Amino acid sequence: MVPTTYYIALSAVLFGLGVLAFIFKRNIITIFMSIELMLNAVNLAFVAFSQRTGKLDGQIFVLFVIIVAAAEAAVGLGIIILIARNRQSLNVERVDLLKL
Amino acid sequence: MLEYLWIIPLLPMLGSATNGLLGAKWPNKFINSVALGATGLSFACALEAVREFFASGQTFFRKEYFDWIIVPDLVHGGSLFRAGFDLQMDQLTVIMLMVVTGVGFLIHIYSTGYMAHEGGYYRFFSYLNLFMFFMLLLILGANYVLLFVGWEGVGLASYLLVGFYFLRKSAADAGKKAFIVNRIGDFGFMLGMFLLFRTFHTLDFATLFSAAAAKPADAMGHLGYFTVACLLLFMGACGKSAQLPLYVWLPDAMEGPTPVSALIHAATMVTAGVYVVARSHVLFMHAPTAMVVVAIVGCATAFFAATIGLVQTDIKKVLAYSTVSQLGYMFLGCGVGAFSAGIFHLMTHAFFKALLFLAAGSVIHAMGGEQDMRKMGGLSKKIKWTFATMLTATLAIAGFPPLAAFFSKDSILLSAFNSPDGGHILYALGLFTALLTSFYMFRLVYLTFAGKERYDEHHVHVHESPWSMLGPLVILAILSIIGGWLAAPALWGGTDYFTAFLNPVFGSAEAANALDEAAAHSLELTLAVVAVISAALGLLVAFLLYGKQNDKPANIAKSAGPVYTLLLNKYYVDEIYAALVVNPLMWISRNVLWKVVDVEIVDGAVNGLAHGAREIGDASRHTQSGNTRSYAVWVVIGAILVIAVIFWVHLQPTVEGMVR
Repeated sequence: MVPTTYYIALSAVLFGLGVLAFIFKRNIITIFMSIELMLNAVNLAFVAFSQRTGKLDGQIFVLFVIIVAAAEAAVGLGIIILIARNRQSLNVERVDLLKL
Repeated sequence: MLEYLWIIPLLPMLGSATNGLLGAKWPNKFINSVALGATGLSFACALEAVREFFASGQTFFRKEYFDWIIVPDLVHGGSLFRAGFDLQMDQLTVIMLMVVTGVGFLIHIYSTGYMAHEGGYYRFFSYLNLFMFFMLLLILGANYVLLFVGWEGVGLASYLLVGFYFLRKSAADAGKKAFIVNRIGDFGFMLGMFLLFRTFHTLDFATLFSAAAAKPADAMGHLGYFTVACLLLFMGACGKSAQLPLYVWLPDAMEGPTPVSALIHAATMVTAGVYVVARSHVLFMHAPTAMVVVAIVGCATAFFAATIGLVQTDIKKVLAYSTVSQLGYMFLGCGVGAFSAGIFHLMTHAFFKALLFLAAGSVIHAMGGEQDMRKMGGLSKKIKWTFATMLTATLAIAGFPPLAAFFSKDSILLSAFNSPDGGHILYALGLFTALLTSFYMFRLVYLTFAGKERYDEHHVHVHESPWSMLGPLVILAILSIIGGWLAAPALWGGTDYFTAFLNPVFGSAEAANALDEAAAHSLELTLAVVAVISAALGLLVAFLLYGKQNDKPANIAKSAGPVYTLLLNKYYVDEIYAALVVNPLMWISRNVLWKVVDVEIVDGAVNGLAHGAREIGDASRHTQSGNTRSYAVWVVIGAILVIAVIFWVHLQPTVEGMVR
C-alpha cells in the first residue's frame, strides 16, 4: 500500500504548482485552470486522509468541493467570455479598472 | 404646615417655572398673579408653619423628606454618607424665614410697579421667584450640602438678575464678576465642608454640631481642624456677604434692576454669609482664632466700605457700600460672640436697607432713570412719600433712637466693647464707622431731596411712584421704626426679647459673654448715648457741608487732595485686582492656555490624527493596484502568514518535544 505521506506530498506539490501558475501566468484561462489544480490538490489530500483514518468525512468534503468547483467554473467561464468580448484579449493585466 | 415645610420653597419654584416657561406671551397681569401668588402663598405657609412651631412648644423641628445622596456602608450596615432633603426649623430659621418671605413678598409687589414698563417682565419675575426658592432652601436646609445647593442657587439667581439688562456690556460684566468672585469664596466653603466631613463623617447640622460640641476647642492661635474649617467656611461667607477682600462684586452688582439690589444685594442673599456663621456657631465657638478673624474682617470691612461710601455720587453705589459696611457690622457681632446681635442687625438691616434701595428706586423712577445725585436735588416737595420713607430709613440706619438700627448696632457695639480680644479697638472703629454711616446717608438725603433742583425741568418730569411701589415703602418704613423694639427693654434694664428669643439656638454660645446685670446696664446706657452722639455728629457734618448750597464740599475735596482721589477711586482695589489677578490670568489664558494648550495640544492632537490618517491612507493606496495577480500575491502571503502562525502556536511545543 502506498503510504499516506506520498499522497500528501503529491498534493502539496500540485497545490504549489497551482499557486505559482496562479501568480505568474497572464492568460486568464490558465489562471482558471491553476485554481482547478489547487482545488484538486486539496481533494487529493482529503481523500488520502479519509482513507488513512477510515472515516467518510474527507470523501464527502471532496464531493462538496467538486460541486462548488463546477458552479465556480460555470460562473467563472461566463465572466471570462464577457472579458474576452469586451477587451478582445485574455491578458489579465488588462483587467485593472479597480485601480485607484 | 410644619410637617409640610417643603411647600414653602416649592411654591416659588413652581411660580418661577410657570412664568419662565409659559409667561413669554402673557400679559403682565397674569405674570403678576403667578409670581405674587407664589411668594404670597409661600409667606402665608411660612407664617402658618411658624405659628405651629411655637404652638407645639418645641425649640427644634426637623424632618427628613427623602434621601438625596446616600453612600451605604456595605460592611457594617447604615450609611457612610447621607445628604438628605431634610428641612429644619428653629428660632434662627424663623427669623430668616420671616425676613426672606416677608421682605421678598413686599419687594415682589414693588417690582410690579417698578418693572411695569421694562422688557422681559416674565423673565424678571421668573428669576426673582427662582431666587426665593433657593434662598428658602438655603435657610431651611438641615445639612451643609442642602444649604450649599441654596447657596449656589442664589448665586445663580444673582448672576441672572445682575445681568438682567444683558445687552448692556457693563451689566453682563457685573453679572460675571459677581459670579466669579463668589466662586473664590465657594471654593473655600467646599473645602470647609470636606474638612468637616472628614473630621465628623457627617454634614448634618444636628449630628455634626452635637459631635463638635463634645470635642475640645482649639486653643487661640492654634490651627486645629475647627479653626481651619471655620476659616474656610468664613471664606465662603466673605464671598457671599461681600467682605474684604472679596467685596468688589457687590458695588458692581448695582447694574441690576433696583428691586434686585434691594432683595438680593441688601436684604437676603448677602446676609447668607452671616447666617452660615451664625448657624455654625458651635464650630466657631470652638475656634477662637477664627472668631477673631471674623471680627477683625467684619470691622475692617465696615470701616473701609464706609469711607468709600463718603464720596460716591451714584445713589445706588452709596447704598451698595453702605450694605458692605453694615454686613461688616453683622460679622463684627458674630465675631465677638454676639450671634444674636449679628442676626438682630441682619433683620433690622433687611428692613431699612431694602427700604433705602426701594426708595432710591422710587427716586430713580421719578427722575426717569437718573442715578447721579449731583443731577438731583429739591425732590422732597415733589415726591413726598418717597422722601418721608427714605428719611425714616436714613434715620434708622444712622442709629437714631428709637428706630431699628439704634438697637441692633448698639448691641453689636456693646458686645464688641465687652469682647476680651482687643475689643476696644473694634469698638472705637465701629463707633467711628457709625459716624461715617450717619454722614454719608444724610449726605445722600441732602443731595437728593434738599436744595435747588439741579436737573433740567423741561426734560425730567418728576412724578411720584404708583401705590404698588409706595405701599411696600410704607410697610418697610413702619418695620424700620418698630423692628428694633424687641430689644428695647434692655435699655431700661428689662429683658432683651430678641436675644431671649434666640436663646435656644445660641444660648450656650452666648452665656459666656453675659455680664453682671447692673454693670451691663449702665455700660449699655453710656454706649447708647455715645452712639447717638456720634450719629448726631455725622448728621451735623452732613448738614454743614450739604445742607445749603455752598462750595465747602469742593473745598474740602480739594484740600484733602490725594485722600479724596483715593476714596473716589475706591482705594484702587479694582485696579489692584486687575493688575494682580485679572491681567495675569488673562495673559496666561491667552499666551499659554490658548496659544499653547488649545492650539498646539488640543487642536494639534485632533489635526495630527487627521493628518496621520491621510498619510497612512496615501501610503497604503498603492497596494490597490487593480492588478489581479498582485492581489493574488497578497492572498498567498496572507495564507502563508496564517499557516505560519498556526504552526508557531500549535506545533512548536510538539516540535520542541520531538527535538528533545
